[in-house]
Amino acid sequence: MSLMSAFFAVIRRDLILAFRRRAEIANPLFFFVLVVSLFPLGVGANPKLLQIMAPGVIWVSALLAVMLSLDSLFRSDFDDGSLEQLLLSPHPLTILVMAKIIAHWLVTGVPLLVVAPLLAIFLGLPEQALGTLFLTLVLATPVLSLIGSIGVSLTVGLRRGGMIISLLVLPLYVPVLIFASNAVEMAGNGLSVDPQINILIAIFFMSAVLAPLPAAAALKMSVN
Amino acid sequence: MDNIVSQNAVFEVKNIACIRDDRVLFEGLNFKLINHQILLLEGKNGSGKTSLLRIICGFREQDTGELYWCGNIIKESSYYSDMAYVGHLDGIKKELTVLENLKMSLSLSQAGKYSIGAALDKVHLSGYDDTLVQSLSAGQKRRLSLARLLITKNTLWILDEPFTSIDKEGITLVESLMHEHIVAGGMIILTSHHDLNLHELDVQKINLS
Repeated sequence: MSLMSAFFAVIRRDLILAFRRRAEIANPLFFFVLVVSLFPLGVGANPKLLQIMAPGVIWVSALLAVMLSLDSLFRSDFDDGSLEQLLLSPHPLTILVMAKIIAHWLVTGVPLLVVAPLLAIFLGLPEQALGTLFLTLVLATPVLSLIGSIGVSLTVGLRRGGMIISLLVLPLYVPVLIFASNAVEMAGNGLSVDPQINILIAIFFMSAVLAPLPAAAALKMSVN
Repeated sequence: MDNIVSQNAVFEVKNIACIRDDRVLFEGLNFKLINHQILLLEGKNGSGKTSLLRIICGFREQDTGELYWCGNIIKESSYYSDMAYVGHLDGIKKELTVLENLKMSLSLSQAGKYSIGAALDKVHLSGYDDTLVQSLSAGQKRRLSLARLLITKNTLWILDEPFTSIDKEGITLVESLMHEHIVAGGMIILTSHHDLNLHELDVQKINLS
């Protein structure tokens, strides 16, 4: 019971903090909207071309936007000593880390769920692909937060970890990118997307179970 | 009060060493702490006081030796539900209010001797409940992080320079809190450059230089 209350307390605290540092949440979302809306300017306003590129553009931008926000996952906790207190809690760190990842997803992933379909319409993605786009985002944005947590917890002790995070995390993001954008593209052509969705579900469950463990272990090392 | 502090608790350190960049900070260090005792770590700057405290907290791996809580290795004992640490970093979120910060500490641990209201009263912060921590002074923040010791269940306090940025009145206050904790059967391990005014208490001293 008290583990549950600690779990929800961590989520609640991180949500309150996110609400009080609004700029930090708005930044990745703003970045996402900006990148997607710059594409038509860069490649020309050819509707056919934009329609073909839409799944890839949206997914690459979403992935980069989440990566931009990863540092905030543990940075402030590390700097002000809250992380030390988290480590000293009698509760298992893995569970508390999971709570922080969930809070991170609620703050960065969920706004993307809302904005991405709008931008997809703006790029001319076929209507029948919108449902699939939303589904891939629901399944894969948590994966981005989960896998990202490993990268951040490894680099939070370094003063300038930004570049290293992307090197660590991007290769692990690639499967998500391939299957998610491919699913959206197939759906746009009216084909079945079950295999891609099944693989994304598998990736989701695997990272939900496996990511918090190394993240917690890496945090212990970083605090050293 | 008795159910808050574990009686018959023993904290024991056997033959630990700390090596940092080829420098041996200390080695073959042994001590034992029981209820009602204080351990004061002394030594020059850089002599390894903070490193020792971080080893005691389990943040840092010792290079040799082992730490025991009530006869068990600390990682296999109830150690973490019996200790509290206040270090150089306050562990307080400046965007949260005083109350929100203490509630968070409370939900990460078990309830202790004092309620949040009573603890704030103790550290002279009553009336600041809904103040954001970023508008508190350095000394007030310090007292807030010490309030954490009062609201959670613990036997062993680990304090790294608890008197930093606290005024004279605050020092007397902290000393009286420490006194109360020791009389109730608690244990304290601390480093301090300030001369402690803790007569009639059982104070062990270890000099690391």
